[in-house]
Formats: sequence, C-alpha cells, structure tokens
Amino acid sequence: MFAPLIAKPGSSKENKTGSWRTFKKPKFLQKNCIACGLCKLICPESCITGKEKNTYNSNYLYCKGCGLCAYICPKKDIEMVEE
Amino acid sequence: MYSELEEHQEEHQFVSGHTACGGCGQALAAKIVSDTVGKNAIITNATGCLEVFSTKSPTTSWQNPWIHSLFENSAAIASGVEAALRYLGKIDNIRVIAQGGDGGTADIGLQALSGMLERGHDILYVCYDNEAYMNTGIQRSGLTPLYANTTTSPSGKVLKGNIRLKKPMVEICAAHGIPYSASTSVGFYSDLQKKVKKAISIRGPKYLHIHVPCPLGWGHQASLTIEVAKLAVLTGLYPLVEYEYGKLTGVFKIPQKKPVIEYLKLQSRFKHLLSDNQALEELQKIADKNIEYYNLLSKTN
Amino acid sequence: MKQFLEGSHSVAEAAKLAKPGVISAYPITPQTHIVERLAEFVASGELKAEFINVESEHSAASVVLGAVATGVRAFSATSSQGLLYMSEVLFNIAGMRLPVIMVCANRAVSAPINIWNDQQDAISQRDTGWIQLYAEDNQEALDFVLQAYKLGENPLIMLPVLVNMDGFILTHGMEIVDIPEQDLVDKFLPPYNPPYKLDVDNPVSMGLLADPSIYLETRYALHKTLEETLDIIPKIGNEFSSIFKRNGIRLIEEYNLENANIAIVAMGSVCGTIKEFIDENKNLKIGLLRLITYRPFPKEAIFNSLKNVKTIAVLDKSISLGNEGCLYTEIKSLFGSDKKVNGFVAGLGGRDITKNTIKKLIDVSKEKEVRCEFLDLKEDLLRKEFYVF
Repeated sequence: MFAPLIAKPGSSKENKTGSWRTFKKPKFLQKNCIACGLCKLICPESCITGKEKNTYNSNYLYCKGCGLCAYICPKKDIEMVEE
Repeated sequence: MYSELEEHQEEHQFVSGHTACGGCGQALAAKIVSDTVGKNAIITNATGCLEVFSTKSPTTSWQNPWIHSLFENSAAIASGVEAALRYLGKIDNIRVIAQGGDGGTADIGLQALSGMLERGHDILYVCYDNEAYMNTGIQRSGLTPLYANTTTSPSGKVLKGNIRLKKPMVEICAAHGIPYSASTSVGFYSDLQKKVKKAISIRGPKYLHIHVPCPLGWGHQASLTIEVAKLAVLTGLYPLVEYEYGKLTGVFKIPQKKPVIEYLKLQSRFKHLLSDNQALEELQKIADKNIEYYNLLSKTN
Repeated sequence: MKQFLEGSHSVAEAAKLAKPGVISAYPITPQTHIVERLAEFVASGELKAEFINVESEHSAASVVLGAVATGVRAFSATSSQGLLYMSEVLFNIAGMRLPVIMVCANRAVSAPINIWNDQQDAISQRDTGWIQLYAEDNQEALDFVLQAYKLGENPLIMLPVLVNMDGFILTHGMEIVDIPEQDLVDKFLPPYNPPYKLDVDNPVSMGLLADPSIYLETRYALHKTLEETLDIIPKIGNEFSSIFKRNGIRLIEEYNLENANIAIVAMGSVCGTIKEFIDENKNLKIGLLRLITYRPFPKEAIFNSLKNVKTIAVLDKSISLGNEGCLYTEIKSLFGSDKKVNGFVAGLGGRDITKNTIKKLIDVSKEKEVRCEFLDLKEDLLRKEFYVF
C-alpha cells in the first residue's frame, strides 16, 4: 500500500534556516529587558524564547537576521551585531 | 495536547524552519493568527507564498491540522470541512480558518469566497494582503494599490505602474451581510490579535483582511516590515475598520496623520513617484478621502 | 424492495443508503434529478446530512474534498461542462488520496453546446487518477455507487471513484430496480474510518509542496495503487454478490464470446442494444466484451478475453480529436498485427445508436480494417452546413 504525502506537525524544524543569515544577527543584551514579550511575538520564525526579565534569546539555528526583534524592543535591549 | 518537541513544549502553532524571506509580513501574521486561534482549529490554505514556504515536502511548519488544495478554492474547501464538522457535531468546539493571499481571495478566489459568505458557514476567512501575486514573482493583483510597480504593471514612460484602485474587499464582504468583516495590519499586532479573537468568538461567516508588507516585493529592508505596515495605516491609505452586519461599527483612529510620502519613500515599488508631484497628489487625495469617509482622525487632531 | 424508478432516483437511493455526511453539487442537465432527490431526503429528515448548495462545480468538488479530508463520507454528481470545470479539483482529490464518490451523468461537451449523451466528459478525465466504472443499466448504477464507497474507502486503496451512467438514457430512463435494505447495506458498508484526516487531536498537514526531489515518487505511488485496485475490484464484487445475490462490480463482462468471430468492445448502456442485436443474430457469431472498469485499465483481463477472437470492433462514444477513439487506442495496443482491430466512433451528442448502427458496424468490420470510422454520419448535412468552398 502506498500512502499519500502527509506531514507531521512542526516537522519543518529539521530545516535549520540559521544558515540564511548574511551580515548581522541579533544580540540580546539581557540588561534592561522588561519581559514585555514583544520580541517573541514579532519574530516571524518563532525562534525567540524567554519568560522572565533578561531571559530572552534567539535560536541562532533558525534566526534569519531580519532585525524585527531589534526594531521592536521598547528598551533597545537587542542590538544587531556583525556575525 | 502538543507533542513534546525538543527539550521544551512548543509555544507557537507556526514553527521555525519555514522558508519565508527574512522579515516576511505574511509569515508573522500567520504565526499571530494561528497562535491566537489556538490548537482547536482546522486551517485551509490557498496556493501562494504562505502555503509554499510553510509546507515543503515532507515537512510542515503548521501545528494545526492544515490542508492546501488549489489556488481559488480555500473558501470552498473550508466549507466542506465546516460541513463535515457540523455533521460530526463538532462545530461548536473547533474553529475553521480559511486562508488566502490577495490573489487567492480577491481575484481567482472571489467566487468561492462569495459563495461561502452567502451560505453562512461558520468560518473565519483571513486574507493576507501583500498587494501582488508575490509567490509567482510580484505580478499585479486586484489588490495592488494605485501606481505600485509590479512586473505586470511596471512603471515606464507611458504608464506609472498599476493604474487601478484596490478592490474594496472589506466592503464587498460586508455587503453580504455577514456578522463581521474587518481590516487590520501586521504593523498593529495588538489590533490584529484583538480582531482575530473577536472574530472567532462570533458564529457565522467572518472576513479579516490583514495588510502584510513584503520586503522583497515592496522593496524595503526586512527590519522595516512593521514600520512600513504602521505607516500605511497612519497615512490613511490603509484604514483599519470593522463592519458588523453591513454597518460600519469600528474605526482605528489615527493619533497623528502622516503625509503619504513618508510611507511611499520607504519602498522601491513607489520610487518612480517620488519626483512625480501629480501622482503624489493623487495618492494623498486617496488617503484624505479615506480619512474623511471613515472619520479616521481622533478628536485631538 | 423493487421500485420503478428513473436512473437518477435509483442513484439517489443508493447514495442515501451509503449515509454520506456531506452532499454538495451544482446543477447541470442531466444530473439534476440526482441531487434534487437527495435534497428532498435531507429536507424530510430521511437522510441526515449537510446539503451544501455551492456556486459552481469547482466548489462542489472542493466541498466534498474538504469533507472527506475531515473524515466524513461525501457524495457529489455532475456532468459534461461541470466535470470539465472541476477537472483541476479531480486531479487534486486523487493526488491527495481522498475517497470521494461522484456520479457522472455522461454528456457531450461544448462547443457547440449539447446536453445529450456521449462519454467524452469522463473519458477526457481518464488521466486524473480516479477509478472509473461504467454502468449498463439503472440497477448497476445503483449497485456501483454502494460498491464505490467500499472500494474507494478500502485503506489499501484510498482513491476517488467516478461512477458513470449515460445521461438521459439511464438518468431519465425508468426501470425496475431493487433497492437494498438498509441493514444489508450497513453489513456491506461499514462507517468511513480513514487512516488520515484533519483532526485537532492528531493534526497533520495535507497538500504539501512537492519539489522535483519527491514528486515522481508520489505519482508512482498513485499509479501503483491504481494497478493494485485491479485485484480488489472483483473481491468487492464477490462480497456484494454474496450479500445481495446479484452481480457485483467486475473488470469486464463477457457476452457470447465463446467461439465468436467478431467481438464488439464497448462501455455503458449501448451494451444493452448490442446484446439484443447479438441475440437476434445468433448466426453471425458476434460476441461482446463490455468494459465495466475503465480505470485502472484491465489489460490482462481484456487480453485473455479477446486473444482467441479474430476480429475486434471497438465502439467509442468519444474521440481523442486529431487521432482516434480513446478506447480503440487502448485496446489496439494490446494486440499485434495478427489481429484485426477496428475503431468506430458513434453516438456523439446523443445520436441514437440503434441495432442498424450495430449492423453497419458488423458489416464494415467484415469487409475492411478501419481506424476511426464515424457511424451514422450525415454526409448531406456536412455538405450543406459545414463545407466551406
């Protein structure tokens, strides 16, 4: 029997899109963070995790370096730095 | 419950590993929509960027049950899913979300959408409007704004880009008399979350139009996606409104009006207009007309 | 229970017995009576189902696709232009391996517009990956619908089935049919229980993007599954037979082929006329190979059936324009030059195929070898209306 092409949920995680980054990546200073969660909300890659203040970080295996997290952080606690 | 992935429980319904461009407005909006709707939802998707970059065989970025059929039938597939859930007695607990881009909604998908709305299915239709057929290479759609440069409406000596206005999709859907038809923007993510929550709390057919910038197609930096989306709203070019049963019931008030040039100058699809005063005046007129018609300015302005 | 019904109503009864949860169709002559009767069943409460009146055939096929994908049995019916309009969705349904059951009231295709019977519509969709069955009479149409669910929903198969019945001839022709009892149908056809579906408790993604690294394998899988169906069809037919005490689905039917000099190959209701002609002309030693399963194409069964007949005459109620009748091409390819295979095109646009037509077919077959001979062609009409000098 041949089954159709069907994918298990979240299986795209095997594709490590971090290799897409070219020049910059976000550095989470973890100094003035107020745990507003906006960076986690705004990341199109769903690769930012964190809960308490100053615990937020990006998963560089997937981060494409778009810079939206640095743009949105109200405390400017995320900086785009050279790779 | 979610299946345990890696060390910790997955927090999003739309996960990493998809092949959207960095800073893609549509990917971000899709993530916010599916996170807000939660796991008790079945999603149907039209052909387009979102479908292509999120389900490259044999993987998928979706945690929800998800189905893609063709370009023009997302609303019809959703109608079938909803009918099946109704038959199974599960329609009260499970939401049906039908998704499509501007092409799959306003052009080739308009027939199926209109049929779905008219039949009164309990479905939330979400249109991700990036104002062109982006997946096939930035061709003009019925939702491409006036004078935008696309590959099939390029700007040149004789023509200034796309010469038509956007189809008023929110009004077209509202004219069907549905309980809820609204526009929102990925730049105003709280508004987006609020409107998704409101929509899924209403029974019957709902339409949500989300403005999503496309860094590649619009010609701006990936980090400016939110900024560009915000400016579209703050200039009055893209009003955020709500219609309920055909009546205008909600308007997002602009705290401070921005001139259209602030929005246009950030995108290379409008760069041919920057020294064209007549075109700029026309676009400003459109923005001002919106502001007047919807009463977009807050009283303090 | 025996009733005197037109074919559309017989098929509607069968669909009702199969207990679909979602029915969706767009009206097109001559399919209309099928869905109208089903709408009555739903309105009266006789059938508990969601009846979705869509705005086009493309959406009708999409609705049943969505319903079956969600794990609920569905039914639809269409014809001619409707089938062509939903062609894209047909390929999609088969590609996604969803057992949608649809009845096609075979009708000619535009242009010019013609609402009468021929088989061009279904034949033009032979590459879609759907199983295709052709009914000879109303009883078969009814029985095929029930068996189509059993066949398509078989977890080893999971393919859509198109049950073909000649428009007007069968759909609007009245016959005595035996409508099975619900409890026997329930014994034959268990509830739909698919190996995959859209379910929030066990989510999956269906309809993915398959790039060149994987697409070829999906087509191979689909093709092989269709071939495996050839073994399963007779098994289901036998099971049907044992419960309902009459013929079930088969690949072919052989009629008077023992010691036949000429074998006619055809599909659908025209076989009734052919059988009568054969019976009235026993001395001519003509046999009929009625093709019941068209897709998957039962090569072996056809070859074994015809290998000892010297002359074969294929009657096509359709044509692959620019070449020849489709059935003719497929039958001819099975045999070498030692056998005479003739191709005839007849009945297009509802032109009646009478016993005289069959006589002409036999006479021509005896005399010469023809590749694509149009029967009952009106030469005078051609000259008057169509020739341009």
